[in-house]
Amino acid sequence: MKKRSNTSKLYIPEPLFRPGDKPDFSNIKVPTEHSPSRPDPMVDAYKTEHMATGLVRVLKLDGTAHGDWNPNLSPEFLKQALRHMMMTREVDTRLFAAQRQGKLSFYMKSAGEEAIAVAAAMALDDKDMVFPTYRQQGILMARGWPLKNLMCQCLSNEGDPLEGRSIPVLYSVREKGFFSISGNLGTQMIQAVGWGMACAYKGSDEIAIAFTGEGATAEGDFHYALNFASTYRAPVILNVVNNQWAISSFQGIAAGQSKSFASRGLGFGLASLRVDGNDFLAVYAAVKWAAERARNGGGATVIEHFTYRKEGHSTSDDPTKYRPRSEPDAWPFGDPIPRLAEHLIELGEWDIDQHRTLREELKTIVRDTYKEAEALGTLATPSTINPATMFEQVFEEVPTHLRRQRQELGI
Amino acid sequence: MAKMNMIEAIRSAMDVKMTEDPDVLVFGEDVGYFGGVFRCTAGLQEKHGLHRCFDTPIAEGGIVGVAVGMAAFGLRPVVEIQFADYIYPAYDQICSEAARLRYRSAGQFFAPLTIRTPVGGGIHGGQTHSQSPEALFTHISGLKTVIPSNPYDAKGLLIKAIEDNDPVLFLEPKRLYNGPFDGDPHKPAISWAGHELGEVPDGHYTVDFEQARLMREGSELTILCYGTMVWVAMSAVKATGVDADILDLRSLLPLDLESIIKSVNKTGRVLVLHEATRTSGFGAELIAEIQQHCFYALEAPIVRVTGWDTPYPHALEWEYFPGLERVSDAITRMMET
Repeated sequence: MKKRSNTSKLYIPEPLFRPGDKPDFSNIKVPTEHSPSRPDPMVDAYKTEHMATGLVRVLKLDGTAHGDWNPNLSPEFLKQALRHMMMTREVDTRLFAAQRQGKLSFYMKSAGEEAIAVAAAMALDDKDMVFPTYRQQGILMARGWPLKNLMCQCLSNEGDPLEGRSIPVLYSVREKGFFSISGNLGTQMIQAVGWGMACAYKGSDEIAIAFTGEGATAEGDFHYALNFASTYRAPVILNVVNNQWAISSFQGIAAGQSKSFASRGLGFGLASLRVDGNDFLAVYAAVKWAAERARNGGGATVIEHFTYRKEGHSTSDDPTKYRPRSEPDAWPFGDPIPRLAEHLIELGEWDIDQHRTLREELKTIVRDTYKEAEALGTLATPSTINPATMFEQVFEEVPTHLRRQRQELGI
Repeated sequence: MAKMNMIEAIRSAMDVKMTEDPDVLVFGEDVGYFGGVFRCTAGLQEKHGLHRCFDTPIAEGGIVGVAVGMAAFGLRPVVEIQFADYIYPAYDQICSEAARLRYRSAGQFFAPLTIRTPVGGGIHGGQTHSQSPEALFTHISGLKTVIPSNPYDAKGLLIKAIEDNDPVLFLEPKRLYNGPFDGDPHKPAISWAGHELGEVPDGHYTVDFEQARLMREGSELTILCYGTMVWVAMSAVKATGVDADILDLRSLLPLDLESIIKSVNKTGRVLVLHEATRTSGFGAELIAEIQQHCFYALEAPIVRVTGWDTPYPHALEWEYFPGLERVSDAITRMMET
């Protein structure tokens, strides 16, 4: 008998660059042709294959807009978008600094990813429920949640709408269609599908939109979400924000040999798009397309937003320990904020002075609002939250055993 | 009033609620057209429509995850996990999501869903059709866990669970689906037909949570049990002639501690019974509460008769299951101390 051989080797994907390396992303092709063309939103899901592996783009790096995905938005609308994105970054900068000052326990920036959250929010109706991760704070800016509420949540002070129960950033804002964020990754993807199924069951024209990072696509809930969304043709948009990094793990650990995260949708019979996530216009157009498909009964769309996490995972993370310090600057798709600003300048609707003035205005708003929020307490000051609230809302009513435990605490 | 077995009572509860409330949806693996592997949802799809009672992919985490989203929207999903032994893929959605949603969102969102699942052994189900995982859920704050022992309670508790605004895990002892079982596999099977607790009202009624049922009133011993073990206890008391209080707890969380304390203060002796494995089982919680609240009333150490700390075996089922003989022996020994 012939001896069988096994020549397979255990393969462990590694990122291209580690600390000390000079990052060179010339392997990543930045498309200059602004295709693929935009099909009818009710197109057969399998006919989206070229979009799932290609890259939907509108804005070139020179700020000019091209192709039939261009949503042709008004300059006023684009200025609003720019404002929301810049506000998101200012708030992130301020709260990151506050964490370093010991005023709050933890924070997570979304630097480099602002276009995705803001464009998605602006492409949808405010009543469409968003199932976010911890890195879509731009949605709250776009939907006009008072900054002070956001800051008080992070400070866990007496202005915190969540009564100090959650760590910073895990917001919940039902009035703004922003579902309660969970620390457990992936869980909200399948919940969004359930919400979408409920919308369809009730004959509502609302849809649900969910986000995950590319790292958490490896969770079972991602698989559940795509499968159930497909089975029940749920009106949902399932977004994968591929920012290349899941804490210290590069996207290859989650992706395996897959060409794109969007292409995973195709296997489930879902329309799938891969989008330049640093291109506000492309993200807006893609979400609009998917929303139209969902509202017209075409079911779910998977959108991969190709972007880059410019900063550390969180205030507890130091990215220079696992990737080159200069890698964010080498990223070939630029930064979503200057890219949109360039576009407005290109349109003759914006200039450097206006940009600088807006930035100063937002800085002032953020600084003043932060002062108001901080006046209601910080992590460094004794908590004024009534300890009795700790036992409330575990259940609808406080049951006997929790009443007893509350008494044990002497309240 | 109609005669119902536990399957029919459970089905009737869902039928009543689906008729009353268009927001009640029933789904799970094989629950739609086929009517469930235990027939608990038979006829519901035909009567209420495809949209109200439907089949799902085989994905427990998906079933509960979808239900959390629907419940947060405002529907009242009643989902089935085919066997409690297969609930673990949904554990994250139950514990991290359904049970915490109200708390973490300060009441903005909550999940009024019911998770039905068959539990318990005594049916030659082996390792993965026999488990009693209740203690893994009573440890979770924000979740209610109930377990009926008869058709009347099954229907009333299930309607209560569906109407409750908190997530409820509804455990169905499958050994009791067709009749009470006293733990002696050699006796012929008994049906619910002749039993008073098989008399079930056709329409709407509820059985409150946090209310144990005093199955039998006595003065010498308190037996705390639930599910199939209620009937083992009844039989063992008869066999030993001991005059015992038998409390069917029905609702494990919230727990009717008041009835337990009252009984133990009267009898001074406690036997705790459950099918689940012993270490860190729900019995440990009962014993801890009793020793704290009834320390001066106790006349003997609290004894627990439980499943062994092993996976549930197939061939050795009757050496594993805490049946009539083991329970009777324990009672006899206890009364001698």
